[in-house]
Amino acid sequence: MMQAKEMVVVSGKGGTGKTSLTGSLSFLFRDKVIADCDVDAANLHMILNLDEVLLTKEFFGGKKARIAPERCTQCGKCRDVCLYDAISGDFVIDPVSCEGCGTCHFLCPVEAIDFDERLAGYCYICSTEDNGRFVFAEMLPGEENSGKLVAMVRNEAREEAKKTGHGLILIDGPPGIGCPVISSLTGTHLALIVTEPTPAGAHDLKRIVELTNHFQIKTAVVVNKSDINASYVGETQRLCKENGILYLGEIPYEPKITEAQKEAKTILDFAPQCVASRAIREIHTKLQSILEEL
Amino acid sequence: MMENMNIAFASGKGGTGKTTIAVNLAYFLACSRQKVQYLDCDVEEPNGHIFLKPTIDESAPAKVLVPVIDQDKCTSCGECSTHCQFNALVTLPGNVLLFPELCHGCGLCIHICPEKAISDGDREIGQIGEGTAVEGIDFIHGILNVGEPMAGPLIREVKHHCKENHVRIIDAPPGTSCPVVKTISDADVVVMVTEPTPFGLHDLKIAVEVAKDLGKPIGVVINRQNGGFPPLDAYLSKNNLPVVMTLPEDREIARHYSMGDILLQAIPSYMDRFMELAVNIGKLSGDTKTQVVK
Repeated sequence: MMQAKEMVVVSGKGGTGKTSLTGSLSFLFRDKVIADCDVDAANLHMILNLDEVLLTKEFFGGKKARIAPERCTQCGKCRDVCLYDAISGDFVIDPVSCEGCGTCHFLCPVEAIDFDERLAGYCYICSTEDNGRFVFAEMLPGEENSGKLVAMVRNEAREEAKKTGHGLILIDGPPGIGCPVISSLTGTHLALIVTEPTPAGAHDLKRIVELTNHFQIKTAVVVNKSDINASYVGETQRLCKENGILYLGEIPYEPKITEAQKEAKTILDFAPQCVASRAIREIHTKLQSILEEL
Repeated sequence: MMENMNIAFASGKGGTGKTTIAVNLAYFLACSRQKVQYLDCDVEEPNGHIFLKPTIDESAPAKVLVPVIDQDKCTSCGECSTHCQFNALVTLPGNVLLFPELCHGCGLCIHICPEKAISDGDREIGQIGEGTAVEGIDFIHGILNVGEPMAGPLIREVKHHCKENHVRIIDAPPGTSCPVVKTISDADVVVMVTEPTPFGLHDLKIAVEVAKDLGKPIGVVINRQNGGFPPLDAYLSKNNLPVVMTLPEDREIARHYSMGDILLQAIPSYMDRFMELAVNIGKLSGDTKTQVVK
């Protein structure tokens, strides 16, 4: 059987409309597994027609060091070797500063430092009303290793695709260009970037394009809220041309998207004939032919 | 009056207006003859400079520790790779491979190697830029190299440049995991910028949990207020979270944002709202001090 193709929606800048677009696209694509890799702030489940949670898995992100005061002789070795200034003068480890490297644990001469795995989040596998699968995760607030949790979500999504025979994995990515974004991008077949026509949007677009080029991932761009400042649309098209990436079109600003969100619906479900919905359908058609050619 | 105060701006969800609010508060305070420092800790996608337009006088690479392996001394015993918590080292017969992007620079391998075959080198992960912006605002930002997963050390580096006798305005990245925690860990007040939508509220709740766990006083800014969003109001009152400012949904604000303008320079009539914000933040920090005395 053929391996499922993976398409990831990213943006660099936050709030450009990744999740709203992913939700709409999931409404249009048939036979797909959807994965929400924005594990810090997962939102996609709020607008999908979910059926039920089939399975909940625990996520252990990494270890944290803790000094057992009854065994500690206060020799100071741990404070000398910790490069994160995580250990106080009275030998208490600040969990926020602790990087989880274990240096203090392994080097403590009297084995007074415990180093245990911590539950850092949950991963959920759900069925959707249209017979698809949806995988998402929730990181416990303030936890580390979101990149590792992203990898777990993607693995589970691949497993589901294998089981169901669905040919597409549609991934909603996190904002930024760091660890969880890299983890969402690597090994995908297509990156769809959602940008907005503002200086911040344009600035961040350049960086995310550099990143997808760095990983040699085929990239396509959509400008959301395109009518806020039309001059950036031309600039975005130029940037795409210079970098040899696909320009798929624009989605005009549509206040109904917020209304749809309040009704827990995608815009396609809520106002199928509005200009934004029409634009999204056109983008979907283009994406479909790109995916077929891959 | 706010001298030496650290005011951090966070949100959970991206694109809610953190940078807009942070930039304009910095501008307002600087216009009121306070010494202001702006620290952009959104190192993956820093945008503060687009609006504050600083002249960057000093730019320096930010480096992290990385092991250097002397393959002549190495016996491939595997101690280093067994202990490394980040899978950055792999022992093969005859040599040890390092994956620098996975390395957290903790130095454990250097200590643990029985042959003393590992020494410390460094690796550049980004740039720190420092300069002066409009109204004499002291400006500093970190720019993460594209392809570099680790934002944490660069955020720490930005914060090392904190200036005495300034009000420090700190722009945090979106999300709720380690980069956010690192950014707000020494804030005196955390201002959560949200939007009255289901996504905004969902992510606000997680971000509030993070700030609460750290024991921070929290104020909420509601951006793009357009009529009411009862679930947000209910959540705020149930959790005793004070609204420190609201900004209306205003196409003029969006237009000036899309041109890279500072809102208060473009529409000075919003000055009153930022004065109110400054006063409310002052009250919030005062409240904690009384609580500490109790």
